[in-house]
Amino acid sequence: MSLISIKNLTKGYPGVIANKDVSFDIERGEIHALLGENGAGKSTLVKAIYGLVKPDSGTMTLEGESFAPAEPRAARAAGVAMVFQHFSLFDAMNVAENIALGMENPPPQNEVAARVRSVSHQYGLPLDPDMIVGDLSAGERQRVEIIRCLLQDPKLLIMDEPTSVLTPQEVDILFETLRKLASEGTSILYISHKLEEIRSLCDKATVLRLGQVVGECDPRQTSARDMAELMVGMVLHVPTKTDKPLGDVALTLTNLSAPAPHQFGTRLRAINLEVRKGEIFGIGGVAGNGQDELVAALCGEMPTAADMVKLGTQNIGNLAPNARRALGLCAAPEERNGHAAVPDMSLIENTILTAVTRKNLAKNGFLQWDKARSFAQEIIRTFDVRTPGARSTAGSLSGGNLQKFVIGREIMQDPDVLIINQPTWGVDASAAAAIRQAILDLADQGAAVVVISQDLDELMEVADRFAALNDGQLSAPRDAASLTIDEIGLMLGGAHDLEVAHVGP
Amino acid sequence: MILLEKRPEPSRAWAVATPLLAVLLTMIVGGILFAALGKNPFETIRTIFLDPLFSEFAWYYRPQLLIKGAPLVLIAIGLSFGYRAGIWNIGAEGQYIIGAICGAAVGLALYPMESRFIFPLMVLAGAAGGTLWAMIPGILRVKFGTNEILVSLMLVYVAEQILASMALGAMRNPEGMGFPGSRNLSQYPSAANLELVAGSGMHWGVVAAFIAVIFGYITLSRHIFGFHVRLSGQGPRAAVFAGVNPKRMILICLGISGALAGMAGLFEVSGPAGQISIDFNVGYGFTAIIVAFLGRLHPVGILLAGGLMALTYIGGEIAQSNLGLPGAAIQLLQGMLLFFLLAVDVLTNYRIRLSQRGTV
Repeated sequence: MSLISIKNLTKGYPGVIANKDVSFDIERGEIHALLGENGAGKSTLVKAIYGLVKPDSGTMTLEGESFAPAEPRAARAAGVAMVFQHFSLFDAMNVAENIALGMENPPPQNEVAARVRSVSHQYGLPLDPDMIVGDLSAGERQRVEIIRCLLQDPKLLIMDEPTSVLTPQEVDILFETLRKLASEGTSILYISHKLEEIRSLCDKATVLRLGQVVGECDPRQTSARDMAELMVGMVLHVPTKTDKPLGDVALTLTNLSAPAPHQFGTRLRAINLEVRKGEIFGIGGVAGNGQDELVAALCGEMPTAADMVKLGTQNIGNLAPNARRALGLCAAPEERNGHAAVPDMSLIENTILTAVTRKNLAKNGFLQWDKARSFAQEIIRTFDVRTPGARSTAGSLSGGNLQKFVIGREIMQDPDVLIINQPTWGVDASAAAAIRQAILDLADQGAAVVVISQDLDELMEVADRFAALNDGQLSAPRDAASLTIDEIGLMLGGAHDLEVAHVGP
Repeated sequence: MILLEKRPEPSRAWAVATPLLAVLLTMIVGGILFAALGKNPFETIRTIFLDPLFSEFAWYYRPQLLIKGAPLVLIAIGLSFGYRAGIWNIGAEGQYIIGAICGAAVGLALYPMESRFIFPLMVLAGAAGGTLWAMIPGILRVKFGTNEILVSLMLVYVAEQILASMALGAMRNPEGMGFPGSRNLSQYPSAANLELVAGSGMHWGVVAAFIAVIFGYITLSRHIFGFHVRLSGQGPRAAVFAGVNPKRMILICLGISGALAGMAGLFEVSGPAGQISIDFNVGYGFTAIIVAFLGRLHPVGILLAGGLMALTYIGGEIAQSNLGLPGAAIQLLQGMLLFFLLAVDVLTNYRIRLSQRGTV
């Protein structure tokens, strides 16, 4: 008998069907992958299992009994635990306090701490219960969430995109832990769009597209490409890279240092870097190692000493963002909503946001709305942004479409140097391919591009050279072609305090 | 069960309709309140909202509408810049007082000299006084991260003490038999802000309010500075990315609202009020906050809202004298207007859906 069985589950929101007649079973001790693009309905489905969403129709049975949790508490009581993609932890409290906060009847602090120690040792997830969460790396924070779940002794553990914040070594440790849990009889529902991971970890995969189950497969027997095409429903276009000689140095960083901009920020330490025209430089690293700060220092949000950042031969470290744009440096920050774009403003207004200087969208300070609108329409056309029109608000676009708009807005300003942080974060596979191709095309036209990403496969696909950002320091650059994923993992660091799960009782 | 469902985009129709709905709700609940006070609700509502315009004494009240409305609109336009940028100046009343004192000081210092430059100089002094007073919360916020809401509000009470001290001391009329209060500026031709057309209520403050509406409209919809103001409010991080210096934005927005409030104070002290007195300020600076929000922080909306608030002021006075309504009831009515506006505001961004089952 299956542990959990889902039959004909349907959930609709006004205007969209999130899940339609979804059925699948998870066996005891099985690691089951739920695969699908953004918007395929994975989140709604697991929220239904975790009691956050009530399905419109369909049934669920857990261990043969009807299972319809009205709230997460009921789901937890029935033995379902979930680790979310976004952590719900308080930075200012320590690990044991954070874990006790999630319990129904927390025992005394020292008892919680002792149980955290024993569980973390048992599953090879080292964690000091007295550490303040704000000081932990993303991987360690995830361990807090996992241990919080393990303390409930769950029958089913749901993990939503767990590896997006981990280094390859941390991923290995996590997988060891999950395999050990599965061998002890815990079922795991593993949500991801990273196919290689699913192939190495999971026993079975259910693929969702547009809310419906479009296939089941054994990921070990199926190629990543086949799974991707099942997921997307079409043949994928793979970006192409052409070899060409590099030009002069376009961007130089000399001992770029800056203090942490806020309490939980990262200090930049003496970063040295040269990027040439036509080159794509990839910077990898786990989130929170100084990516945001580096982008801020490069785009001008966080000015530094003038000679720390050089565009061509000109010192620009002390210039404001628009002065840098005028000289040819554009940037696309990671956060689309509220940083790269304003959700409540129209795409025309969002065009003015960064393009006012280079596209001359203002005359004597007065905005030229006609010009801005036609440039916005040009971006929408060229980058295939799916939207009713330029007057739509940025917030009404899907993540992938807004990202295409943001990247398109910067590329179409024809910059000499482009800085992009997380170009395809939370973007569906076809939009991601289009964005990567656009980045490659821009470099072919002679621009220097710096791509900062946590997605190593992406960096390997586009970058000519690669360096890792670790605690505000940049490693020595390496040729991307000669690197293996393992070597990159070592460059990313943060693997020093890890151990593999103690297999056995 | 009633569900609120987020709209994909804010509704333009509701953005226009919510202020009207708020006025309607205020009339209904206000009517209930007046009935509870033992007054005829229909007569009271009519007295407050219609009598100033259409009664037999309307010839007297209509000019009052301009006189009361002008400072409200002038101050609210200034406040709307800050509010759009997420900078909460609650102390326009204090800036209004200090503007009046500084402007009046120039006039009184030059008395009894006659020159056509005196009044413009007073206007500048009023604007400068209001700006300086607004710079106190501004600089404290920029340098030390203090909360401009609290500081600007508390400075209102400081300004009131300075006003009292001026009326009783430094600015007291030497020929005033020891009564508190300055010389009457409206009787000093070079410093007087007199009616431009007799009997119309139109004075320089009204002209300035209309100019401010036009200036505000063009700046917010056409100029890059107005764009940056809106950006700072709707996406502070995006504003920095677009090259806005947030500290400079705070100072500029507080400066604009201080300058306009100071000018409003000067136009009042040299015209309708006539003199610096202990009870010179009557709350225009606070009511302007309601005006700014009632007008959706939009210059044209503020113009209409200023007119409406002036109406409730005048109608309220009529209701007080004719129907014996307590003054507090009128203030309650004005407060209710803001309350309902904020409450029905939710309809702009959400739609209401009724569901049969209790599903969430």
